[in-house]
Amino acid sequence: MIPVAFDYLKPSTVEEAVAALGASEDSKVLAGGQSLLPVLRLRLAAPALLVDLGGVPGLSGVRVDGDTLVIGAMTTHAEVASSDLVRRHAPLLAAAAATVGDRQVRHRGTLGGSLAHADPAADLPAVAAALDATYVVQGPAGRRSVAAADFAVDLFTTALAPDEVLVEVRLSIVDGWSTHYEKFHRMAQAWAIVGVAVAVSRSDGTISGARVALTNMGPVPHRAVEVEAALTGAPATAEAVAAACVSVSAGTSPVDDLTASADYRRDLARVLTGRAVCQALGI
Amino acid sequence: MTAVVEPAAAAGEVGAARRRKEDARLITGRTRWTDNIALPGMLHLAILRSPHASARIVSVDVRPARRQPGVIDAFSGADIAEIQGSLPCAWPVTEDIVHPVRPPLADGFVRHHGEAVAVVVARDRDSAVDALEAIEVEYEPLTPVLDLAAASRDEGLVHPDKGTNRSYTWIFDSAQAGTGTDVADAAAAAEVTLHRQYIQQRLIPAFMEPRSVVVDPGMGEYTIWSATQIPHILRVFYALLTGVPEHKIRVIAPDVGGGFGGKLQVTPEEMIAFFAAQRVRRPVKYTETRGDSMLSAHHGRDQIQDITLTATRDGTLTGIDVKLVANMGAYLGLVGPGVPILGAFMFNSIYKVPAYRFECVGVFTNTTITDAYRGAGRPEATYAIERAMDDLADQLGMDPVELRRRNWIKAEEFPFTTVAGLVYDSGDYDAATDKALDLFDYAGLRAEQQRRRDSGDPVQLGIGVSTYTEMCGLAPSRILGALRYAAGGWESASVRVLPTGKVEVVTGTSPHGQGHVTAWSQIVADELGVAFEDVEVLHGDTRTSHKGLDTYGSRSLAVGGVALVEACRKVRDKARVVAAHMLECSPDDIEFTGGAFRVRGTPSSAKTLADTAFAVFAAHDLPDGVEATLDADATFDPQTFSFPHGTHLCATLVDTATGHVTIHRYVAVDDVGKVVNPLIVEGQVHGGVAQGIAQALHEQAVYDESGTLLTGSFVEYTIPSAADLPHFVTDRTETPATSNPLGVKGVGEAGAIASTPAVVNAIVDALRPYGVDDITMPCTPERVWRAIKRGGAS
Repeated sequence: MIPVAFDYLKPSTVEEAVAALGASEDSKVLAGGQSLLPVLRLRLAAPALLVDLGGVPGLSGVRVDGDTLVIGAMTTHAEVASSDLVRRHAPLLAAAAATVGDRQVRHRGTLGGSLAHADPAADLPAVAAALDATYVVQGPAGRRSVAAADFAVDLFTTALAPDEVLVEVRLSIVDGWSTHYEKFHRMAQAWAIVGVAVAVSRSDGTISGARVALTNMGPVPHRAVEVEAALTGAPATAEAVAAACVSVSAGTSPVDDLTASADYRRDLARVLTGRAVCQALGI
Repeated sequence: MTAVVEPAAAAGEVGAARRRKEDARLITGRTRWTDNIALPGMLHLAILRSPHASARIVSVDVRPARRQPGVIDAFSGADIAEIQGSLPCAWPVTEDIVHPVRPPLADGFVRHHGEAVAVVVARDRDSAVDALEAIEVEYEPLTPVLDLAAASRDEGLVHPDKGTNRSYTWIFDSAQAGTGTDVADAAAAAEVTLHRQYIQQRLIPAFMEPRSVVVDPGMGEYTIWSATQIPHILRVFYALLTGVPEHKIRVIAPDVGGGFGGKLQVTPEEMIAFFAAQRVRRPVKYTETRGDSMLSAHHGRDQIQDITLTATRDGTLTGIDVKLVANMGAYLGLVGPGVPILGAFMFNSIYKVPAYRFECVGVFTNTTITDAYRGAGRPEATYAIERAMDDLADQLGMDPVELRRRNWIKAEEFPFTTVAGLVYDSGDYDAATDKALDLFDYAGLRAEQQRRRDSGDPVQLGIGVSTYTEMCGLAPSRILGALRYAAGGWESASVRVLPTGKVEVVTGTSPHGQGHVTAWSQIVADELGVAFEDVEVLHGDTRTSHKGLDTYGSRSLAVGGVALVEACRKVRDKARVVAAHMLECSPDDIEFTGGAFRVRGTPSSAKTLADTAFAVFAAHDLPDGVEATLDADATFDPQTFSFPHGTHLCATLVDTATGHVTIHRYVAVDDVGKVVNPLIVEGQVHGGVAQGIAQALHEQAVYDESGTLLTGSFVEYTIPSAADLPHFVTDRTETPATSNPLGVKGVGEAGAIASTPAVVNAIVDALRPYGVDDITMPCTPERVWRAIKRGGAS
């Protein structure tokens, strides 16, 4: 439980951080440290340099920019979960952030850290996918935007270059949708076996729009576009929802591991998606 | 001076829900854990562990590690081969037991993942850990023996030189023992037969404080601090294993953060630290990481249980036939072989059954050793019989409570000699069960279960019953001897009254979270008429308490507490003589009431213990023949075990779509005899029930096909937190034990023994309409989901 020795840098600007990352062959960004530090302590990774973003002002906080909700990458899960702005404009994200880890983890861990770490069992990447988030990253050439769908590349791998830093997450404010995050885990405070992020709109008795993204059903968040299409236009009844969700696991590739088998996860995804949609619809 | 103020304890400390004296320091950590010990010049150890489950060690080169910064020494098993000997097994259960050599540091072969291979001694812990990476080990991997059933058939050998994986076969047969009839006859005549195979999964004790040891070699006078449950036993073994004379060895168990049996061991690390200190002639410390702990501290359970019940059609048991295969791991632990044997006397539980046979085969595999874990043999036995009783009730179409009631020993039948040959001194199973059924609203929940079944509710309700007893208060020395255990089961206490009337107690028990300091203070307060606050309890240091057999097997109160009472009474007798002298009367005219020595018929003429203590201290006017001390020792060796019992009822809600289990209601009614501190009893029940629920639902140590432990951290080895546990409804009946003067039984293991079958029975009960009659523990959501799918019912 003692990490291999490493160099440590705590820059005061993103530019400094980017330069340090670019100059090092083997560096890692330290945000809240809730995933990285255990990995270091178990000696599963031994980077030569840690670049701590904790000293860079302006990377945390929530604001509204026109019709966009902007959340700084260093905003903690606890801040996301309790922010009035997030609760009003992205209640799905607030609800999911409140389920991350335990209380201590939520007060240390950050939204950007979780997204950039890209753990397939983490809750927030699927939520960001369901909400069509835009990720703003900064590198030597300045800032660029990456769509959530393009950000997650593979297991623990994102579109971030080694010398890029995730600085903020932008969400279009869409009112009138109702949402739910359904998390299934064996133990309180454990990783999700499967998670389902759902946002739906309804008009009269019909579902008029649906976004469904799954946690831990493959190396990256799975956006269930076929289910979204099947739900859209369907009557807002439990039977119709269940029918629309039958094939939610199509195209997924969940892991088979100690926690759960792949076929169990697929069946869970079906059950939980139905429940999440019904919960969001209030039926 | 004759008038005395009534001592505060007059109302009676025993039975009061005193908050624990020791909690402030334990909870804040402002105390001496072993890892907090820092000695001048102390060095730190790191241990390189085997990545293989089975391999020949071709070579170990520690020289590169010796060149690392801060490193003082590095060595492997070959370097200490002449002196390291073999770790002890104190319970060779049969005469012909196969007992392989177990060097503290592997020499030639490694036989489980995590076995210690080499050691670095450095100025600081970081340097020691870093230098491990410089050690070069060449292994020749061998095919590990992992499957317990296959191992029992000798399909591959853990110790090829032994020619078999079977360490021992231990049999009890009531026909041969003369305690009952022959199970074969019962089987031949059986109207109903139920056979089940249950799997006791392997568990990891997961005590809160990792193990730690500090060895100070002094100038040949060794002081050893260890996070152990057994400082006294450890001292004896240090003397036997190292050749250092016992009087030159002092072992201290400072405050110890939990054990659950997991610190009832003489560990490789304790011996390695000793040899390291001898080599470098400086104090050394080893503190394990959680990962090391999960790999190498002994595991628990891990048995295959085949149980056959025979009965008449009306539900009267006629026979119990048990065959166990018990996984020892790669070697024998300190009491590991005896763990399943403790269960041998418990499969018949609270039931009157004429015929009983038990056979256990202890088997080696290439895994971490197994040994005592909360309940040690008794939870396993209780699980099998209580699961089987629910299954038999289902087969007979009877209510599971009624089936039990038909077979259990009635209150008026005590003392009762069981078919396993034990004499149960006391119990009232009807009283405990009736109370539990009432608290549980058994009828109401059965009605709700029916409603959910009738309506096809996707969430089904099940009810699980567990009526248990257990044997604890380990133990009568003669019985232990008859079972080939190397030591006795007595316990010792000393009481020292200080000149100002304050009292020091020296106990041979070794608390590691149980609250002995508080409970012992309560006992002394009542026995000697002193205030609860005026008692200090000293423990866990062989210099202050040289006699003791430590803490395990729910023994501390039922054995050590009784020794304490006897020591107090000796002090009281002595003080009575002094008081009589001071009051100018005969000792026969003195009675001890209201916390003071009073002249019979003139209660206002009185002396307190403090009065007599100062008189003894001054010694100006002592009666002839009275020594100038007010101290006494006592040792108590029980004549029999104590037999707590109780009824636990569990209702589960099972989500049939996901397999998720929620404990809907949990009622525990325990009978632990007389209670010294109900708050401590309540805490023990809560913790035990939580641990039993953990076995039922959550925990399992898993090795992969290469013998690598997959559950090496709390991410994979899932222990429940408060958020995963229900509200417990607890209550008690109180049938005093007649086997000791306090009337107490044990409580430390009861919850863990009772709860596991209650929970699994409840899950199976919920799913019987789905064709489910068993789910292998832990009943994870996926296993429940699979059982439902496999059951094939709609």
